Amino acid sequence: MTGATTAAAMPDVRRSGRWVFRAGIALLCAWVLVPIWLLMVNALSAPAEVAGFPKRLWPSFDLGSLTFFFRFRGVAEALWNSVQVAAVTMVLAIGLGAPAGYALSRFDFPGKEAFRFLVIMTRAFPLPLLALPLAVMFIRTGLDDTIVGLALVHATLALPFAVLITYSLFSGIPVELEEAAWTLGCSRPKAFVKVVLPLALPGIAASAVFAFVISWNEVFAAAVLTIQNRTLTAFLLQSLDVSPLHLKFAGGAALVIPALVFIFAVRKYLFAMWGIANR
Amino acid sequence: MAEIRIEGVEKTFGSFTALHSIDLTIRDREFMVLLGASGCGKTTLLRIVAGLETAGKGEVWIGDRRVDHLPPRARGIAMVFQNYAVFPHLTVYENIAFGLRMKKLPQAEVDRRVRSKAELMHIEMLLKRYSGELSGGQRQRVAVARALAMEPEVILMDEPLSNLDALLRLEMRAELKHVLAESRTTTIYVTHDQVEAMSLADRIAVMNAGRIVQADDPVQVYRNPAARFVGSFIGNPPMNFLPASRTEGGWRVAGQTVPGPASGKDRIDFAIRPEDLILADGGLPATVRVVEPLGPHTLITAEVDGAPFRAVLDSDLRVAPGDRITLAPNPDRIRWFDPETQDALT
Repeated sequence: MTGATTAAAMPDVRRSGRWVFRAGIALLCAWVLVPIWLLMVNALSAPAEVAGFPKRLWPSFDLGSLTFFFRFRGVAEALWNSVQVAAVTMVLAIGLGAPAGYALSRFDFPGKEAFRFLVIMTRAFPLPLLALPLAVMFIRTGLDDTIVGLALVHATLALPFAVLITYSLFSGIPVELEEAAWTLGCSRPKAFVKVVLPLALPGIAASAVFAFVISWNEVFAAAVLTIQNRTLTAFLLQSLDVSPLHLKFAGGAALVIPALVFIFAVRKYLFAMWGIANR
Repeated sequence: MAEIRIEGVEKTFGSFTALHSIDLTIRDREFMVLLGASGCGKTTLLRIVAGLETAGKGEVWIGDRRVDHLPPRARGIAMVFQNYAVFPHLTVYENIAFGLRMKKLPQAEVDRRVRSKAELMHIEMLLKRYSGELSGGQRQRVAVARALAMEPEVILMDEPLSNLDALLRLEMRAELKHVLAESRTTTIYVTHDQVEAMSLADRIAVMNAGRIVQADDPVQVYRNPAARFVGSFIGNPPMNFLPASRTEGGWRVAGQTVPGPASGKDRIDFAIRPEDLILADGGLPATVRVVEPLGPHTLITAEVDGAPFRAVLDSDLRVAPGDRITLAPNPDRIRWFDPETQDALT
């Protein structure tokens, strides 16, 4: 009797479960896609259309807003600053992060666990808390309002990710491959170059792109630490209250699109960071 | 000439002693198998010879060079790993050529060696493939070809067959034996598989808990175990052991008097291999528990003196569980062990 009831109830439960599942998926998709859609529609519409409502599902592909944005005074410089800061961040994050990731995956040393924990802990301090002392220090050392100074801060933000991604990357390469190379005539550095690097290179590139995007998107430190040499995010933030709506949307799109494309390109390596196999 | 001498090698991991002062000499062109259960230190010893692990104490000599302070690349060795370690980003050809390119050999010589070793290992049709496109057995062949191409003085093998399925393992075993005998290198081969050890080795070094218990040729190790551990580890089914106590004219084993060694002790252990027993009057009284016909012979698990006792008998004999039989040991094959030191008594 009970068994029959349960059996009859099962499909119902399963069906409603499926609906909840689908609704959840739809909600999550909307959460991510609606802002992007709004941004795209407005950025690709004529300046006059931007303030209008209701929105069209498909933009009119009028490049007026974007043209206006790119010709706006200071935008080109800010964009160039952003690229420079992100590039230096990328080099710093990989140059320091990849060796740390390699060390974590290959060597046992005292304090290894503490080190791993500290790497993540660097993300626990809110940037606003650090911004003021940093600004003071930067002014004293002359690093304020420079590309390198800002890149240093951004590298600090990007490093934990660079370390963790490359750590999982190197851990995925069997140590026997390196040992085989040693027995076949390689020194340790040579084995790294001949065997580990070719296998890790796509992942290292992905981790570099991720560092680039972190810097590209960062706004707080950029706004506090630069005055003349604003990055694009800082520039947009600064001119937010004075610029017309279509400029904001075009600027937003110009920021979001490269980041989205980059992250999409390297997504499988970012999953690897959380321990999901990257093969 | 590449004799390998291991002198007083010790290794500790933290508070765990993996190797207790190992002394072992492997003669030029000898095939030495290190045999033992997992965790006995055999792989650690091999890795110390390879230079992938550093010994806490002791010396390793290859030929007339002391190598324990040298990196792996300077030791004149080649190694085959358990998981093959074939480089996934290189073709089979480039894998085999890898070490030769490191030596900066001329391309003609590289090509000659790659092709001859590939032919030897029957992989000449796979030279353009990547390891992802190979089966486990093929990868193993690539790994062996890569090691042989180095034309090293010493080849070290770390359980090279254990990842292959049973049939392939049998095939590769015979092939390895042939190929390595041809190559005339000194070989150290690590395995936990006693059949592999018996069939391949010129000499077997049986290891237990970080010590070499016995190093001798396979038949000696089988027939005359130097310690109780060797008798119980080698042979399937393993050796039978029974307690023996001193009596007039010999030792009393399960109610029977057996002539044995003149030992000062009052109690020693009697040991006999299951196949050295026959069904005959005047033997050890046994109660049959399990009968397993295996075709060429029948394996009997019986109870003697309250302890399990195995015998391999002719399969024509009719025995059934519950039968009371007497099992007579071949007097030439009886061995005796000291119950305290576990060493063989003569």
